[in-house]
Amino acid sequence: MMEIMEGSHAVAEIVKRCRPQVISAYPITPQTHIVEALAQMVADCELDAEYITVESEFSALSACLGASAAGSRVYSATTSQGLALMFEVCFNVAGMRQPIVMTIANRSLGAPLSIWNDQQDSISLRDSGWLQFYAEDNQEIADLHMIAYRVCEDHDVLLPAFVCFDGFILSHTYEPVDLPSQEEVDAYLPAFTPYHRLDAEAPLSMGMYATPEYYMEFRYEVDRAMHRAKETFIRAGREFGEQFGRDYSAFVEGYRLDDADVALVAMGSICGTAKDAIDEMRDAGKKVGLLKIRTFRPFPGPEIAEALKSVSTVAVLDKNISFGSGGAVGTEVKAALYGSGAAVYDYIIALGGRDVRKRDIAAVVDLAEKGKGDLFYGLRTEVL
Amino acid sequence: MAKVEQEHELFTAGHRACGGCGPALAARLLLKATGKNVIIAASTGCMEVFSTPYPETAWGVPWIHSLFENVAAVASGIEASLKKQGRSEKVVCIAGDGATFDIGVLCISGAFERGHDITYVCYDNEAYMNTGIQRSGATPYGASTTTTPTGACAPGGNPLPKKDMPAILAAHGAPYVATASIAYPNDFVKKVRRAINTPGPCYIQVHTPCCTGWGFESGETLAMAKLAIETGLWVNYEMVNGVVEKAKKVRRKPVEEYLSRQKRFRHLFRPARQDDEIAKIQAIADANAERFGIDIKVKEPAE
Amino acid sequence: MALGVGCSAPPGRALENKTGAWRVFKPVFDPETCNRCGTCAQVCPEGCVHETEEGTFEPDLDYCKGCGICEEVCPKESIRMEKEEK
Repeated sequence: MMEIMEGSHAVAEIVKRCRPQVISAYPITPQTHIVEALAQMVADCELDAEYITVESEFSALSACLGASAAGSRVYSATTSQGLALMFEVCFNVAGMRQPIVMTIANRSLGAPLSIWNDQQDSISLRDSGWLQFYAEDNQEIADLHMIAYRVCEDHDVLLPAFVCFDGFILSHTYEPVDLPSQEEVDAYLPAFTPYHRLDAEAPLSMGMYATPEYYMEFRYEVDRAMHRAKETFIRAGREFGEQFGRDYSAFVEGYRLDDADVALVAMGSICGTAKDAIDEMRDAGKKVGLLKIRTFRPFPGPEIAEALKSVSTVAVLDKNISFGSGGAVGTEVKAALYGSGAAVYDYIIALGGRDVRKRDIAAVVDLAEKGKGDLFYGLRTEVL
Repeated sequence: MAKVEQEHELFTAGHRACGGCGPALAARLLLKATGKNVIIAASTGCMEVFSTPYPETAWGVPWIHSLFENVAAVASGIEASLKKQGRSEKVVCIAGDGATFDIGVLCISGAFERGHDITYVCYDNEAYMNTGIQRSGATPYGASTTTTPTGACAPGGNPLPKKDMPAILAAHGAPYVATASIAYPNDFVKKVRRAINTPGPCYIQVHTPCCTGWGFESGETLAMAKLAIETGLWVNYEMVNGVVEKAKKVRRKPVEEYLSRQKRFRHLFRPARQDDEIAKIQAIADANAERFGIDIKVKEPAE
Repeated sequence: MALGVGCSAPPGRALENKTGAWRVFKPVFDPETCNRCGTCAQVCPEGCVHETEEGTFEPDLDYCKGCGICEEVCPKESIRMEKEEK
């Protein structure tokens, strides 16, 4: 059913339909509307879940881990400082192979403190073993939650996932969203069947420690699971398309890419602005296209190389920075395109919620065409 | 015939604790108290490390370890999940004093404030033993540790008092808080059973001397635990809804009898006696005696 | 054997580790003076003191680390630690 709703509410509504048994989350701007909406649903008897009002994000994810290990489907949401506080637990959850799904309402990291959007938070945990999906709009963020639970809980995968959407830009924006009914979600997402669980009938020690004799193999297993997740995602995305009419079987999506001379590469809501800018540039005769990355982990290197094989100039938009190196997406795209002969440029853009307009996208394309890249776009040099 | 018994132990032999380990005994007794219908959440620490090097686990019940400081939060999640599933297993945390008094204070406070139906057992060996005997919030006044070593500028050892964790958790509204000791195993088992059958968050702090960390012969573990109680430096008591109900009474011995037998207090006696420091420790014992009423009153003979 | 997912393992594998090899001193139990109180079995940190058919006690030397707690707690002094000849 099509409804105009705030991104946060779309997330809450879909999460409700995914039937988590335990919700454990700590409020943090700009995720607060999600956790508040879920609390109201529990209070209104709409959602039959245990809602733990934890005392910090660190505890939020730790409680999710316990509940998941005991056999419940769980849910949490966070961003920025909260996700940073969960750093230790994130690695622990992935290593313990618990299929926790967590919404990230992407927000910049302090210092300096900022409540506004960029993608530094989730990207900074790219080593952790969590799958990472990025939504372009509120329809995608709703859909990706269902797909995430499907993929994560698959016994071939058993890894947690960040389902990411840009804070404020999507979380606090009203868009039309086609929300499935409870029956439709139940048909797509069956009840959680844990691979194993804490159970007095079948005791198990979970989270033992590993000496050098074993540790490496356990890490290899996580990496293998991450690679297996690609197949699982394709299958889950295709079946989603068959049931709901919106196909998610691709890790990347091209927009007017076929004959492009310059290709932009980006993740998240900036893709929407980029598409509008591309339409304008195309009208003016410029052959520009976009490659949207939907899954950042597992990183779709071969798929990116394939999609961009005929493009001579690539401009990556990075809403993050790895200090002393470059943008994370740009770095990994460059690695994927190694040997292709394309000129790949990285643009650090829109950090801390700085607005990106169509003319900014056009300016980036202009810079790329002139061979000027690997820079911070749009610096206010007058304040430096 | 003796071998068959081993399989009935829910906490088996083959673990890698030092010979004479106090916490190892506490783990055995804990599972005797809980039986099979339990889920144990453990923190990083000596007990976790010596009992679960992959794949050799000594635990015969469901057991989970996550991180050093989050066992109470993990247990909160387990409890919520079991509630939702309608399951009956008891949720019991087992963590050392480091994980409980210091780094885990955030999570334990949150769990107790929210009133989860869990039991938290802290095995107190009075320092961060697993990482090499560093000071914790549970280290008693005057003890030498590797981060409160004695030297010319610090002749007295640990200058800080032992954090009163039972009182802190009682202040959170915990319905049942108790201290125990492996010197009195039946008492510890009884208290665990009471805690797991009391709805709400319950806390038991069990004294588990560490021969390696405190510096005494491995066979003396229980003797040390008993001396701690007999000198008043450890008090076995119960608090019900924040009020002390029962404290074990003793015919008190001077603290010196306890201190002189452990290397961690040797600096109080050699190279020279530090009588003022010993007196301060005696004062701590006297204050405990006063607060909990542990002294057995000797009747004055009638004239 | 496949790795236990998430670094997990079922019960029992610690028993593969025969800690009796650590021992320097060995406990010798005297059934004649034993009063069958069972304290030694209760407080052994390894859980490796077991009741015999006669109701007295004996150590499982596969696991006994020779710590000496049983000797210290026995009310009848019926257990003695002896240097083990290897």
